[in-house]
Amino acid sequence: MPEEGVNLQKRRFLTTTTAVVGAVGAGFAAVPFIANWQPSQRARAAGAPEEADISGLAAGGLLRVKWRGKVCWIVRRTPQQVSELQALDSQLADPNSLASRQPVYCTNPHRSIKPDYFVAIGICTHLGCSPTFRPEVGPADLGADWQGGFYCPCHGSKFDMAGRVYAGVPAPTNLEIPPHRYLSDDVILIGTDGGDA
Amino acid sequence: MSLINWVDRRFPATKVWNEHLAEYYAPKNFNFWYFFGSLALLVLVNQIVTGVWLAMAYKPSAAEAFASVEYIMRDMDYGWLIRYLHSTGASAFFVVVYLHMFRGLIYGSYREPRELVWIIGLVIYLIMMATAFFGYLLPWGQMSYWGAQVIVNLFAAVPFVGEDLSVWIRGDYVISDATLNRFFALHFLLPFVLAALVFIHIVALHKVGSNNPDGIEIKQNKDEQGIPKDGIRFHPYYTVKDTVGVGVFLIFFTAVVFFWPDVGGLFLEAPNFEPANPLKTPEHIAPVWYFTPFYAMLRAIPPMFGSQFPGVLVMFASILILFALPWLDRSPVKSIRYKGGIFKFAITLFAISFVILGYLGMIPSTRVILGLEASFWAQIFTGLYFLFFILMPWYSRLNQAQPVPERVTA
Amino acid sequence: MNQKKLLNRLFAYTAAILCYLMPAIGYTAGGSNVPLLNAQVNLDNQAAIQHGAKYFVNYCMGCHAAEYIRYQLLENTGLTSQQIKDNLIFDNGKVSDLMKTALPQQDAVTWFSGPVPDLTLTARIRGGADWIYTYLKGFYTDPGRPLGANNTLYPNVGMPNVLWSLEGIKSPVYRYQVKHQGVLEREFTDEATAVAYVEQQGSEYKLEKVVDHLVVTQPGSLSEAEFDQVARDISAFLDYIAEPMKQERQQLGWWVLLFLSVFSTLAYFMKKAWWEDIH
Repeated sequence: MPEEGVNLQKRRFLTTTTAVVGAVGAGFAAVPFIANWQPSQRARAAGAPEEADISGLAAGGLLRVKWRGKVCWIVRRTPQQVSELQALDSQLADPNSLASRQPVYCTNPHRSIKPDYFVAIGICTHLGCSPTFRPEVGPADLGADWQGGFYCPCHGSKFDMAGRVYAGVPAPTNLEIPPHRYLSDDVILIGTDGGDA
Repeated sequence: MSLINWVDRRFPATKVWNEHLAEYYAPKNFNFWYFFGSLALLVLVNQIVTGVWLAMAYKPSAAEAFASVEYIMRDMDYGWLIRYLHSTGASAFFVVVYLHMFRGLIYGSYREPRELVWIIGLVIYLIMMATAFFGYLLPWGQMSYWGAQVIVNLFAAVPFVGEDLSVWIRGDYVISDATLNRFFALHFLLPFVLAALVFIHIVALHKVGSNNPDGIEIKQNKDEQGIPKDGIRFHPYYTVKDTVGVGVFLIFFTAVVFFWPDVGGLFLEAPNFEPANPLKTPEHIAPVWYFTPFYAMLRAIPPMFGSQFPGVLVMFASILILFALPWLDRSPVKSIRYKGGIFKFAITLFAISFVILGYLGMIPSTRVILGLEASFWAQIFTGLYFLFFILMPWYSRLNQAQPVPERVTA
Repeated sequence: MNQKKLLNRLFAYTAAILCYLMPAIGYTAGGSNVPLLNAQVNLDNQAAIQHGAKYFVNYCMGCHAAEYIRYQLLENTGLTSQQIKDNLIFDNGKVSDLMKTALPQQDAVTWFSGPVPDLTLTARIRGGADWIYTYLKGFYTDPGRPLGANNTLYPNVGMPNVLWSLEGIKSPVYRYQVKHQGVLEREFTDEATAVAYVEQQGSEYKLEKVVDHLVVTQPGSLSEAEFDQVARDISAFLDYIAEPMKQERQQLGWWVLLFLSVFSTLAYFMKKAWWEDIH
């Protein structure tokens, strides 16, 4: 029981102040422990943007590059493949890539910076298998309508030459496109576009 | 407060809060020495939290351990801070625990009815030493490796089964990957055992009530409501006081962490920045400072019949004898304040011997001090260490105790 | 990838062969009680650390690694990642690579009769930069050693003097100590006099040869002062990489101490306010 003459107001003030300062201190003390869970320098080094030399890539060919442990495709489309993209729109689930993930500069009909070079993460948006590159037109197993694209062997999802998903297959969205930019005509840097994106 | 009522019907939250904090009456005359109990708990929490974080990146394998520590120190954000908090915390733990134990020693806190509090405390101390020993191997530096080599080889000195015993502890014929991996598992486990023992330590303490610098039982002097006249509520009085203690302690602790984490080789030994090399023994092997008093006693005893076993026995006896303390002290009073000159002298001599043994355990046993080898001095002070206990039943009765006041003094 | 490995290997072999070809003239010696020289390292001097890094990659990394740090660490000393790439990385590596040596460990064991230590933590193992500085300046020719070099601070060290082309070649001048039952009796600067003295005194007296000082017998490409600066810069670099977080640690430490002082002061007054009614 507090006696007469005890300054209760001073008590309350000092207790509150000390508690608040202590809580701030505890907050600061938590910072190193939270920051410690961020990717380490090693992980950051391994996940750093990857340079891809496309000088040797022939028209119609595909180059695989690993970025952050995922496979990335660089496809050099032929002018014919590019021109045929628009004709497929009616068969696709998301022809204008409105529900799909790609950088702003790839939200265009050919889903790329340059029409002939297509860059995408080679992982099916359904359950994460890696689709097969099937550039040939009208193969027996995919039907005469097939204009070339990617076919996922796991659950039969189909994507066109711009990684756009066909309607009526398990995959919900188009293939994801990683941030990337051209360091020169022959070198693509995958993983960063120079902006903060 | 219906939520509290709801909880209280299912779990004795208010009851526990009252029994152990708000209505736990502690003597009002606690002094400086009474900070170290709560500080020990603080350091234990620090060790568990930083330890768990370190374990998230540490690799307990001979091939990767050393590099993984450097990885934590250099590649992970604030990894260096978490590691220094842990390495400094290990030493700080022993500093506060030694002071906490010394407090018990001078104020007779081991005496009836607190024998079990003392004994549980000693078990905590033993487990702490084991935890520290296991943990010291983990950085897999030269001192880690050879220190563990020397200590495990002590077990080889046990007659008949020694060799097999040391091989069994290592899981190999030398300290190896297998040893490291099991030491890591134990180093991770034991702190939780410690936490449980700390709980039991406090339960036992709150059953009998805290001792105090006057060594008076405050429960023998109660007011009409049955509250000890010299008792004050632990909360808020000692919680606010301990908060000051925590702040001041953290100033010293973080000063070491941020400005002097090696402490000149006492907390982090220079050879331990070199990866373990089973082919090359460092020139001078010494345990970390908190083990050196016992190491000095071990080395003080010369081999007998070609065996190191007597030394090992003496070393273990030096710790085990502490368990007998409640029954060795026959003084009519508890606190050093009212014990006579003989006891004060004995305790001073004991404390000095312990510190000197700590120093002697760090230096090569052949070093000459005041014309005599360190091992000779270690024998002298080992003798004094044991005489403190062995002669206690005699000199504590001889002791001219002063009258003890009825109420605690300021 | 394979080509890169081959290049690394070639680089390492060249470094090692150069070490072998070191000219070697002089005498055998032993014993070390060398007082450490002051390296005068100042970790705020970023230029010194950068120079040290340059010498380290050029002269040390043929055999030694600093494999717990990445090249990009030097960005903290004011270098850009392009500068690091251009000046410190020879083999097309990335700035985020660990500073590993090109020398395969197995070859190191064969050539230097033991593994070559990693140097990341040397400054902490040896208690600071002064040891490194003294060591770098302590090499002298000794034909008795497999690689023709010995060191006053680290007798019979397995490492050759890789900086000889800069420092020049140094030969030892000995002191001859006569000891009787291990206790120093007399010292001579001339060997013949010492030998004669010992013969005269009898078999209980032992003669020991100790390096008194070193003299340059063939100058290198740098003057003594210039070489000292190089040795200082290497020491500064090694001191820095042993604990690169040292400065960050200390800066953060002041803030922590400031905060805790405020907290403790408040807590003290809080305690006083509560304890007013305890008498």
